Amino acid sequence: MVIRLAGDSQDGIQTVGSFLARFAGRSDQDVMTYMTIPSTISGGPSIFQVRMGTGDILTAGDHADYLVAFYQHSYDSHIHSLKPGGVLLYDSDHVTPDPNDKRFTAIGVPITSCTVEAVGGAGKEKGKNIFVLGLLARIFELDVEKLTAIVKERFGSRSEDIVRNALLAFDAGYAYSAEDLRDSLRRFDSAGQAPSSRPQVTMDGNTAITYGLIAAGVRRGAGYPITPWSTVMELLRTELPKYGGIFVQAEDELAAIAYALGFAHAGHLSVTGSSGPGLSLKAEALGWAVMAEMPLIVVNVQRGGPSTGLPTNVEQSDLMQAIYGSHGDAPRVVLAPKNVEECFHVALEAGRIAREFSTPVIILTDQALATRIEAFDEPDLPAIIVDPKDLSAGRGQGDFKPYPLDRMTRHAPAGVRVATGRYPTVTGLEHDELGHPTANPALHAKMTAKRREKIKAVAAALPPTPVFGEPDGEVLLVGWGSTWGPIREAVTLLNAGGIRTGQIHLRHLNPLPQGLEEIFGRYRAILVVEMNDEGLYGLGQLATVLRARYALPSIRSITKTDGLTFKISEIVSAVKSRIPSGAKTA
Amino acid sequence: MSATSAAIASTPTASPVPLSKKALTGDHPTWCPGCGDFAVLAAYYRVLEKLQYPQEKIVTLAGIGCSSRFPYFVNTHGVHYIHGRSLPFAAGVSLSDDELHVFAFGGDGDGFSIGGNHLVHTARQNVRLTYVIMDNFVYGLTKKQTSPTSPVGFKTKTDPTGSVDQPVNPMRTLVNSGATFVARSHATQVSHMIEMIERAARHDGFSVVEILSECVEFYPGAFDAGNPRKGGQFRLIEEKKGDGSPEDALRHDPSDELSAYRLASQPWPGLFGVFYEAKRPTKNQLEVGLISKAREKTKGASDLALLQSSLARMR
Ligand SMILES: Cc1ncc(C[n+]2csc(CCOP(=O)(O)OP(=O)(O)O)c2C)c(N)n1
Ligand code: SF4
Ligand SMILES: [Mg+2]
Repeated sequence: MVIRLAGDSQDGIQTVGSFLARFAGRSDQDVMTYMTIPSTISGGPSIFQVRMGTGDILTAGDHADYLVAFYQHSYDSHIHSLKPGGVLLYDSDHVTPDPNDKRFTAIGVPITSCTVEAVGGAGKEKGKNIFVLGLLARIFELDVEKLTAIVKERFGSRSEDIVRNALLAFDAGYAYSAEDLRDSLRRFDSAGQAPSSRPQVTMDGNTAITYGLIAAGVRRGAGYPITPWSTVMELLRTELPKYGGIFVQAEDELAAIAYALGFAHAGHLSVTGSSGPGLSLKAEALGWAVMAEMPLIVVNVQRGGPSTGLPTNVEQSDLMQAIYGSHGDAPRVVLAPKNVEECFHVALEAGRIAREFSTPVIILTDQALATRIEAFDEPDLPAIIVDPKDLSAGRGQGDFKPYPLDRMTRHAPAGVRVATGRYPTVTGLEHDELGHPTANPALHAKMTAKRREKIKAVAAALPPTPVFGEPDGEVLLVGWGSTWGPIREAVTLLNAGGIRTGQIHLRHLNPLPQGLEEIFGRYRAILVVEMNDEGLYGLGQLATVLRARYALPSIRSITKTDGLTFKISEIVSAVKSRIPSGAKTA
Repeated sequence: MSATSAAIASTPTASPVPLSKKALTGDHPTWCPGCGDFAVLAAYYRVLEKLQYPQEKIVTLAGIGCSSRFPYFVNTHGVHYIHGRSLPFAAGVSLSDDELHVFAFGGDGDGFSIGGNHLVHTARQNVRLTYVIMDNFVYGLTKKQTSPTSPVGFKTKTDPTGSVDQPVNPMRTLVNSGATFVARSHATQVSHMIEMIERAARHDGFSVVEILSECVEFYPGAFDAGNPRKGGQFRLIEEKKGDGSPEDALRHDPSDELSAYRLASQPWPGLFGVFYEAKRPTKNQLEVGLISKAREKTKGASDLALLQSSLARMR
């Protein structure tokens, strides 16, 4: 990873360079080498270039993967040195990059104004270099304590004010929307893949889910505001009317899911959603939806919990709630997108499954995905868009029964003439095939089995799970949801370090895809990486499910509960601590 | 078909034969013999026979309770939902398709206790649907616990020495919440019940009829005071006729909220009839308004074109 900083020498670019160099010398972290290219004009344009990463995977290269441009002239003279697919980080206060240049991922950060805001007062843009150091520290997960110690050392002899201002600038840089930055970095890492011919679209995960839902044919829905779900419902409320649709802000989450089920009953593919606390309120109705076999999409944008918990942090602690939360035996489908692009496509898949299997489908996303901005291939809309008009076509005909035991339930929506003249009551009471309430023991067993088997049938239609990294070996990292990026990078690092590691990332959490047993059998350790607690028995939530399903003692957990996304280094060291030292399969 | 019902396949013609009680009869009711709810069911059949909606356009919903068993006994599209939450479900059905005629039924616990918040908000939103509350002043299905309409002193399994909490005043609550048609009837007064449910059905907005419906099992005789055959008085609200006569000046103007509150505050057994009736835009109309406004701007672009242009803006 080569980073080029381009600015003016009075901006202290070299200072940043020297910090990074000293830092590299004092730590076993990922800054390995550095070099400066002194500018020819003193006091004028200046650059600094640093190589980061573990030594054995990086080779010298004069093209940068990352360009930080402080001024327009820095951009103009150094953009040529950025590799295609590289990342341009520019001071949006001074630089306007060429909008037609699509070779790079361009990220504008108002470096000057952020620094002024952080340090306060005019003339304080002097701290820009330190702000950028904070940005880089966050992007590359550098040890903040060590770095700030170096900053203090460097300025300590001058005055306390200067140290304080430097640290303010550093902290502001470190706190700046790190998710967006880190993610673009990940994109860059996978840029070795064949370039796409499709145009790229850029949005956050909640926006992607919203447009995915519209593409899926969703024209009705209801919700109640809660962070970080609210932006989905806000966008649906403004977008759906354009499509002749309605999104209702209900009085609470119980009413929201009731509204959504009412829409479903009248033949619409509909959506409701919330965050964990709201999902709790929807739980009773979810049980009804399972019993009544109603198609419904339920989005849970997870945050940290329980209760109000960490409302603006990330956690993956609602998996058990998603799979089991309600009452009675209430199987349903649970899907989790791994990145912003998948937010879009999972919404479509959820719609398809909900209709085809007449079931509620829960989409589990999280706070990190909700707000993270990513670019991805523009979806091929003409090929995938679902026409909502088709949803209830051909229903209620022939010898229609609402709950046939030998077929999939296909409700006759309100408004549809039922050919037999016997209109169904859609019900939460256990029922016979015609929907009449019954407590017949044999029938409850049969209907329970019907509801279970149709969810199992979803698994039969799933594609095989792809393995990234080594196809067999020492460690298999298993993840779900937004942890995909850091796990992937950890896999690369572990393999580079000689530990044969593979990765699978589960989008289908209930039912699980087929064929996992065979994949698990190829590794000595199965480590499930998730952002939740290890629980009473040392297993995170997915790990618990996988243990129960596959009964393999090799399945263990890497969990965390600090409300922050995984750092690559956290995963790497957790893996190392869980495998016998020196274990390196050939 | 309106813009809101674009997704619904509909049958254009009405039923060729008139909709009869026979066609409307579903499962045999499971209520106790003598339960007041039988009469409410009979009144509903009669109203549907009079209104002659196409059978497939009628939706009968309920929550949970003895009274909420209602949908099984009616051969229309039916929904037996969860306790207290039939109204937002019914509202979703109503907002799906302009051609649907939506009727929700339930008990006093279902409507005023667990579902109280939904009642207030459905009223405020003025969603076009009719809600019939079969009020027996007790929890029937769960076998005699105190209900939000139980009078103070009524002995139940949860208040063996008599209920202590002040009961809800349904008429005042409903008028205050913004329901646009609020009426009260008595299950022994069948023709009055039919008239109230029919007017509610014809009302363009959220219409509620509270029907005193005796639970012969757990609160026998509760409504004798309103039943002339049991020595009570069935006192009707006299509505203004607009004939300019001096008597008319004393009659009730159903659009007068304050007058409605006064009538609703009469001592037990109170009055029967229409307490409040007003015109206010329904949520159905307001949402269609939002759709038309949005569609005006998009100039009728196809769904695909709209979505494509949204994504193109994010390139
Ligand atoms: C969430 C939930 N809580 C409690 C119940 C139990 N329950 C069923 S009906 C009912 C009260 C019924 O009273 P009411 O609504 O007045 O109807 P009635 O039986 O009197 O017609 C209760 C408490 C339930 N079904 N669901
Ligand atoms: S318990 Fe009461 S309300 Fe329930 S069916 Fe019997 S009489 Fe009617
Ligand atoms: Mg009751």
